[in-house]
Amino acid sequence: MTTTNEREIPMEELERVTIRFAGDSGDGMQVTGTQFTRTSAVFGNDVSTLPDFPAEIRAPAGSLPGVSGFQISFSSTDIHTPGDEPDVLVAMNPAALKVNLGELPAGAALIVNEDAFTATNLAKAGYASNPLKDGSLHNWNVFSIPISTLNTRALEGLEMTSKQMDLTKNFFALGVMFWLYERSMEPTLQWIGDKFKKRPVFADANKRALRAGYAFGETTEIFHSRYMVPRAPQRPGTYRNLTGNEGAALGFVAASVKANRPLFYGSYPITPASDILHELASYKTFGVKTFQAEDEIAAIGSAIGASYGGAMGMTGTSGPGIALKSEAMGLAVMVELPLVVVDVQRAGPSTGMPTKNEQADLLQVLYGRNSDSPVAVVAPATPGETFWYAFEAWRLALKYMTPVVFLSDAFLATGAEPWPIPSVDDLPDISVPNRTEKAGFRPYDRDPQTLARPWAVPGTPGLEHRIGGLEKADLTGNVSYDPENHHRMQELRQAKIAGIANDIPELEVNGPAEGDLLILGWGSTYGSIRSAVERLQARGHSVAHAHMRYLNPFPRNTGDVVKAYKRVMIPEINLGQLSMLIRARYLVDAQGYNKVRGKPFRISEIEAEAERLIAELRGASR
Amino acid sequence: MTDTLSPGGQPALSPQNAAIIQLTRKDFVSDQEVRWCPGCGDYSILAQTQKVMPDFGYPKENIVFISGIGCSGRLPYYMNTYGFHSIHGRAPAIATGLKAARPDLMVWVITGDGDALSIGGNHLIHSMRRNVDIRVIMFNNRIYGLTKGQASPTSEIGKVTKSTPLGTVDYPISPLTIALAAEASFIARSVDTHTEHLQQTLTRAGFHRGSVFTEVLQNCNIFNDGAHREFTDRDVREDRMLVLEHGQPMIFGKDRDMGLRLNGYQPEVVKLGDDFRVEDLLVHDEQDPLIAFMLSRLYWPDFPVPVGVIRDVRRPTHDELVTNQIEEAIAARGEGNLQALLSGNDTWTVK
Ligand code: SF4
Repeated sequence: MTTTNEREIPMEELERVTIRFAGDSGDGMQVTGTQFTRTSAVFGNDVSTLPDFPAEIRAPAGSLPGVSGFQISFSSTDIHTPGDEPDVLVAMNPAALKVNLGELPAGAALIVNEDAFTATNLAKAGYASNPLKDGSLHNWNVFSIPISTLNTRALEGLEMTSKQMDLTKNFFALGVMFWLYERSMEPTLQWIGDKFKKRPVFADANKRALRAGYAFGETTEIFHSRYMVPRAPQRPGTYRNLTGNEGAALGFVAASVKANRPLFYGSYPITPASDILHELASYKTFGVKTFQAEDEIAAIGSAIGASYGGAMGMTGTSGPGIALKSEAMGLAVMVELPLVVVDVQRAGPSTGMPTKNEQADLLQVLYGRNSDSPVAVVAPATPGETFWYAFEAWRLALKYMTPVVFLSDAFLATGAEPWPIPSVDDLPDISVPNRTEKAGFRPYDRDPQTLARPWAVPGTPGLEHRIGGLEKADLTGNVSYDPENHHRMQELRQAKIAGIANDIPELEVNGPAEGDLLILGWGSTYGSIRSAVERLQARGHSVAHAHMRYLNPFPRNTGDVVKAYKRVMIPEINLGQLSMLIRARYLVDAQGYNKVRGKPFRISEIEAEAERLIAELRGASR
Repeated sequence: MTDTLSPGGQPALSPQNAAIIQLTRKDFVSDQEVRWCPGCGDYSILAQTQKVMPDFGYPKENIVFISGIGCSGRLPYYMNTYGFHSIHGRAPAIATGLKAARPDLMVWVITGDGDALSIGGNHLIHSMRRNVDIRVIMFNNRIYGLTKGQASPTSEIGKVTKSTPLGTVDYPISPLTIALAAEASFIARSVDTHTEHLQQTLTRAGFHRGSVFTEVLQNCNIFNDGAHREFTDRDVREDRMLVLEHGQPMIFGKDRDMGLRLNGYQPEVVKLGDDFRVEDLLVHDEQDPLIAFMLSRLYWPDFPVPVGVIRDVRRPTHDELVTNQIEEAIAARGEGNLQALLSGNDTWTVK
């Protein structure tokens, strides 16, 4: 649909647009992206975002490692991913262009700050000649704008150094994009006002930059069209934007309120989990106690101590930290205390690529401990779901007196989406009592339903007892080396976790209940798989999608689900972990589809692989 | 929200309640059979610990013993209090979390030289620098006992053990110096066989509020018999050990005729008499870090081995600081409203 506005610039309506803002880490690309997101969300689009942080904190300006990016996809329909490839790339310098051009499809729009294409910056980015002039960008729709010059001109007369003025050029670029996509400047103007309340000159400068960019769009003749992405049909309700780390922190606090026990979070700084520590450290009015430990081991040790004392002790880290916590997780299994362990996965092994995504800790959290040492594992699929599975992790930990791993990843942690704010009154009560009754108390007695042992916390008269890492005699909890007892206890610990399967929802299937292909996933691949399956279904394929939020125990119908399709495909950002478990557990010939690039799957590649499997199936049945 | 944490409804009790609570040593003896080697120094440490426990005025359900791995680690099983026999070296970390969550509890950490200074060195150091209100009692037998006789971080250089057949090439660590560097607010040393001194020291440790580090020189008669014999044996100890008392000159010797003075910056052993009088001697000051540092580095045979309280200072504890921040935040902003927190400050409504 094409309409015309009063300036005779045609307005084109689009269903969905994906923009990537890229620049030097000092160029404010995260702020720019976040403001565009907020504005689009407030306007009523469905949005999904993916920040791409540089690995170095202060890489040299203009260098390739210093490039910071932020991708936002906004749509008039329900979307599940931040988009495979951008429709528009905003590149603030040559390095940003170089790093991102490879993912920009031919014909896409490229908006560049031509002022930054100086000889020095070109050299830093490794360009032998200026791509704006040598014709190498002919495949793209290039809009070359002297953003720095125009911006400085707009700020003339303000009492600022030219360096300070240059720091506002991201708002100029944002202004151009707001004009191009017909967004209101109001939310951002207000945000700038709040942010620079104490420095009016800066507030003024940033506002002027934004308005100048917008006005430039209006007056320049380089753009021949504007674009409009209408509101998405969102369900009625009040929304906010939520990242996965924020959602997790909120879920943990909500669990604490609904369990009526204080939360204790022991953690050691690690990317990409630290934001959970930062968030929780600011929740003091909820009685949350945070402890920045001397190392990963102390972090989990302190959490176990807090749980022993009757608090909700938890710890959070990423893969390398889980490796260090393994022994203490085993202790928590042995002493059967509630504990939540957050693993925000990142690319490994070893230090790997700390800011990049991977789902390769699944086997580590399930089996990375000495002996048979079962823990429950939950894994949210979207940034918004982190809240619910953080809450769920605590429900299980308290009810079953067990460690529970909350398995998130870098993509969920930093990605954001609109989140319908739940009502506190709708959250269930998850409180459990302490044991206080003296008569008949035995530390390793078990609830017949859940197999949970009693939580008898220090301070309870008459229940003085000793626990520890040595094997326990059934019921009494005294140290025991009896062979039969050990076997029984191993089975009991296993049975307790297995029994959780009766207390969690069945695995849901999106699509036909049986058919050609099931695509089974877990964690942050949800959006890509969901979108791919929607497209495949639209083309008439017999394809279904199931996504596991519980990785130990598996939902009780998992075996039935995976056996109901001729082929099972398991896309994972690892070299085949869930696929190994499914094959081993259910003896089905599930096919892994594995890519480990530190990035989410593209929808199109899942689609292609699915079609390949379906074609193979057709060929086989012919 | 803290209500569920005090199931017995017991408030934290002050030491004055000892008279009211009326517990005896027997109340602290558990039903578990003690399993150390006959003749081990740990028996005495356990006995003195059980003996002083009633003095503190805590009901026994409010007392927790946490240990790591090693022979010392078994002690919690023998105390009829709450107990947690944890994993190697991590007891201070577990105790830190427990104490932060439950300021009302009296928490003791029982550890050994390998557990505290080798595998758990980091946790020990950081619990002390945070002034966590826990009482760390480190049994120092200068050997790994439970694993049957390997060199420990306090073994003397050249010590021949199973793991060091030609003698260890590792220099020993000074536990008290470590404690000082980590700013423990109470530092002391005693000896397993000096029962009365050990009781006094444990009593002082128990009443201290803040991080306690107490080294107890302990004999492992199986793998390192006579570890400290040279200066702890009954017939020589008065001549070879310096019993510290706050505000008192540093005198030692069977005949109380030996003393420690400063010669310039150097400590020096002198004989009292014509050349030196009591006024020339150093006076012990538990608040003076320089004296504490010097004392932490005196070893037999060059010097008498100091025992007693080396340092005792008061500063806010970790749990006090944590609790204060929460109380101040609530006083300033009111108790948290979960609905408001979930909503954040940037919402939009779809009708
Ligand atoms: S090995 Fe040594 S320290 Fe351990 S119990 Fe026996 S005598 Fe005591």
